[in-house]
Amino acid sequence: MTSSTLTVENLNVVYPSDHGKVAALRDVSFSLGRERLGVVGESGSGKSTLGRAIMRLLQPPARMSAERMELQGRDLLTLPDREFDRLRGKRMSMIFQDPKYSLNPMMTVGSQIIEAYQAHLRGGRAQAYRAAVDILASVKIHDPEAVMRLYPHQVSGGMGQRVMIAMMLVSAPDLLIADEPTSALDVTVQRSLLTVLDELISERGMSLILISHNIPLVATFCDRILVMYAGRIVETCVASRLSEAKHPYTLGLIAALPNLQLRRDRLPQLQRDPAWLAS
Amino acid sequence: MALPGERIGRRVTSAKFRAFLLGFLRLLFTLIITFLGLTAVTFVIGRVIPIDPVLAIVGDRATEDVYARVRAELGLDLPLWAQYANYLRHLIAGDFGTSVITTRPVLSDLLEVLPATAELATISLLIGVLLGTPMGVAAAVYRGRWPDHLIRIFALIGYSVPVFWLGLVGLLVFYARLGWVAGPGRLDIGFEDLVPTVTGIITIDGLLAGNVAVFMNALRHLILPASILGYQAMAQIARMTRSFMLSQLHQEYVMAARAKGLSQWRVVWVHAFGNILVPFITVIALTYGLLLEGAVLTETVFAWPGLGLYMKNSLFNADLNAVLGGAILIGAIFIALNLLSDLVYPLVDPRARIG
Amino acid sequence: MNVFARYSDYSSWLLAAEPASRLQARLGGHYRNWLTFRGNTLAMSGLVIVLGLILVALLAPLTGDMNAATHQVLANRLLPPSASHWFGTDELGREIFNRIAYGARVTLVIVTMVALIVLPIGVGIGTAAGYFGGVIDVILMRFTDVFLAFPRLVLALALAAALGPGIENAVIAIGLTAWPPYARTARAETLAIRNADYVLATQLQGASSFRIVSRYIVPLCLPSVIIRLTLDMSGIIITAASLGFLGLGAQPPLPEWGAMIATGRQFLLDQWWVATIPGIAIFFVSLGFNLSGDGLRDAFDPRSVT
Repeated sequence: MTSSTLTVENLNVVYPSDHGKVAALRDVSFSLGRERLGVVGESGSGKSTLGRAIMRLLQPPARMSAERMELQGRDLLTLPDREFDRLRGKRMSMIFQDPKYSLNPMMTVGSQIIEAYQAHLRGGRAQAYRAAVDILASVKIHDPEAVMRLYPHQVSGGMGQRVMIAMMLVSAPDLLIADEPTSALDVTVQRSLLTVLDELISERGMSLILISHNIPLVATFCDRILVMYAGRIVETCVASRLSEAKHPYTLGLIAALPNLQLRRDRLPQLQRDPAWLAS
Repeated sequence: MALPGERIGRRVTSAKFRAFLLGFLRLLFTLIITFLGLTAVTFVIGRVIPIDPVLAIVGDRATEDVYARVRAELGLDLPLWAQYANYLRHLIAGDFGTSVITTRPVLSDLLEVLPATAELATISLLIGVLLGTPMGVAAAVYRGRWPDHLIRIFALIGYSVPVFWLGLVGLLVFYARLGWVAGPGRLDIGFEDLVPTVTGIITIDGLLAGNVAVFMNALRHLILPASILGYQAMAQIARMTRSFMLSQLHQEYVMAARAKGLSQWRVVWVHAFGNILVPFITVIALTYGLLLEGAVLTETVFAWPGLGLYMKNSLFNADLNAVLGGAILIGAIFIALNLLSDLVYPLVDPRARIG
Repeated sequence: MNVFARYSDYSSWLLAAEPASRLQARLGGHYRNWLTFRGNTLAMSGLVIVLGLILVALLAPLTGDMNAATHQVLANRLLPPSASHWFGTDELGREIFNRIAYGARVTLVIVTMVALIVLPIGVGIGTAAGYFGGVIDVILMRFTDVFLAFPRLVLALALAAALGPGIENAVIAIGLTAWPPYARTARAETLAIRNADYVLATQLQGASSFRIVSRYIVPLCLPSVIIRLTLDMSGIIITAASLGFLGLGAQPPLPEWGAMIATGRQFLLDQWWVATIPGIAIFFVSLGFNLSGDGLRDAFDPRSVT
């Protein structure tokens, strides 16, 4: 039995507001092994918050609490901030949606990757440089040495996302959380990016949490799927058996997907049941 | 035969150079226009508004031809634009007119008093930057918590209080009541003219001459006005820095930097602060300008023999040339500060560079 | 009918999710902003101070008649603050409390006059530059830059040197140097709405440029311009006091606060109240405008980060 990479029990995230507390995450529990877990849901379902909560990237006034949160057996909840910084990037990492915004516009691409390397691994600048060039090559970027000298505004969206992947994987984390990694890209570019991601994750035996609103994408890419609605997990299922989902919300989502083969006059609309909020 | 990459490289370089040249020329053009505007305004104030300058020279009992002769001498019979051209020509040659009071060329008067003002303004700016920057950053990082509230109130007081009044209160408390600092003026009478004037900045001159006593005395005189002006600068810089940092800290690249596992210190100072350098430099240039401008008030309160005091005294002695000369000098320094910061931007922000 | 029932009627009418008329929507928007402002304690304190200033200026006659502010009773020279003379007396025996109160009027007058100069010029130039664009824009903006390059106080000094001291000249001097930021703001706002569809529609209908600018564009510029003005007020007040301190601006025996500090300076060491108290008044009023201005900015522009 492979030891669990990540264990989360009863994670809650609450935001205070003028109308009382708003729960972004409600009693979320799951565990993750050496597998690919997809997290799907609409905007506001809490899926992005989940990723950030795990990485302890939430800022006040958000308040996070959980009964249990462990990464490879290590307790994440009581870890002091300084040590958590060392965990981030080294054991678990995160990639974001749009490289236009998630890369520092003032630093060259290369220096940002080198910075990530040097934050966690020993070795001089030359070694870090080599590591950066190598990982750029492994995300299928041609002429990595030239790209190293570019600034984020000088690279295209697809290349920027690869740079982001390179930057976040250069210190070899065991878990990667990908928050909508393809949502800002053209459809054609999405495919090549996913291929790159697929290869790297398989090669390194990493665990992946893929957060997306794109159900078909998650269904093909991941092993298991969590469906989120209003801050709760409403369904957990194996990706290949998504059509056997039980929860009406999941079934509604799947049914609402446009299908080129199936001719319909009207696309079915998802009917929300307030009962789902209380499950 | 050149390889394809080489040829393209050269074309790109010359395009880059052309863009840079254009940018530089545009800057120069703006500079010239602004300077022309500045001098036009002082010209208008100087020639067109006041009462007849001829009368001021010949008196009101002069005869017609004396009047006409002096008028021609002063070039006042020429059309206005020709007078302006003359005025400009003199200015560029360094002729700011003669001071009615000191009977010396205004420019030499101005250059003599400038170091005192520069000393005060520069030290105050240093205090402002060294203290105000970390305060602004801390207030942004700890937003909503007590460091933020404390710093905001401290800064709020700093830019709500009239600096000349604060100077008076400072003298009252720290000089008259507590005796911690020396009184008005740059040096006690006994220390005057003890060291040769090299830079015009007494503290430096004292050190250069190896005279520690003079240095210490000058320092005791400098500390109060510099602290008060420094407080003003600090308030302004802290306030603006906080605002800039706040707009950076909730950007996604900051979150990504944290996700990389970088220390809080590095994320705040290298990433976030690095991205505000452009507006930050603008604020510094602006603050220096404000300090120079406030020199008139501070120097009056502290009897500091600098540019400001010179202008005020000239004003009350109806020495128009001196007042306008001082205005042009300060205006020119303002323009130079703006130019300097424009030149620095491309150095710190790759997006400001061409290409 | 219960007054509170009526109030909750107005409140819910203003905050209705679906306003029935444009007037209701507009008033509702202002009301919402007001609620945000009201929730901000610091901003409210600022507002209280500003209202206090106006109140003191209006009620100044209650502290003694106008002449008392200028009427000298030498026997009462330089008395410290006490029960009978709240802020003490100055070197000519005049009650300082009285002078501060009338000084509030002087301050308000200066501030209002400056605003009356600065707003039309600034908004006029800014909207014209933004609306017409092209060469007009370039010329007007260069013109604005020239005045921005000017150190405010220094130019005021130069003008005072030429025009002579006096409160009107001080107002002109401050006004002439204060308008550029408003032109910039107005221009930025104009550029944002110039290409809006409704502006184009009005142009197609044949409305004159003047009409379009004055009826459609200027009202939209006003919120940011007013916020700017409120924040700028403290600077204007301090500049006016500075000019007064230097002996320009309001002339004696007018009870201008800056001038009061200047005359009190000679007695600073022993009769500190003469010079100190007017400064406290300036500080307070300046603080009030800054706090209200910050609060206004927070209420009207949620995008701006504070």
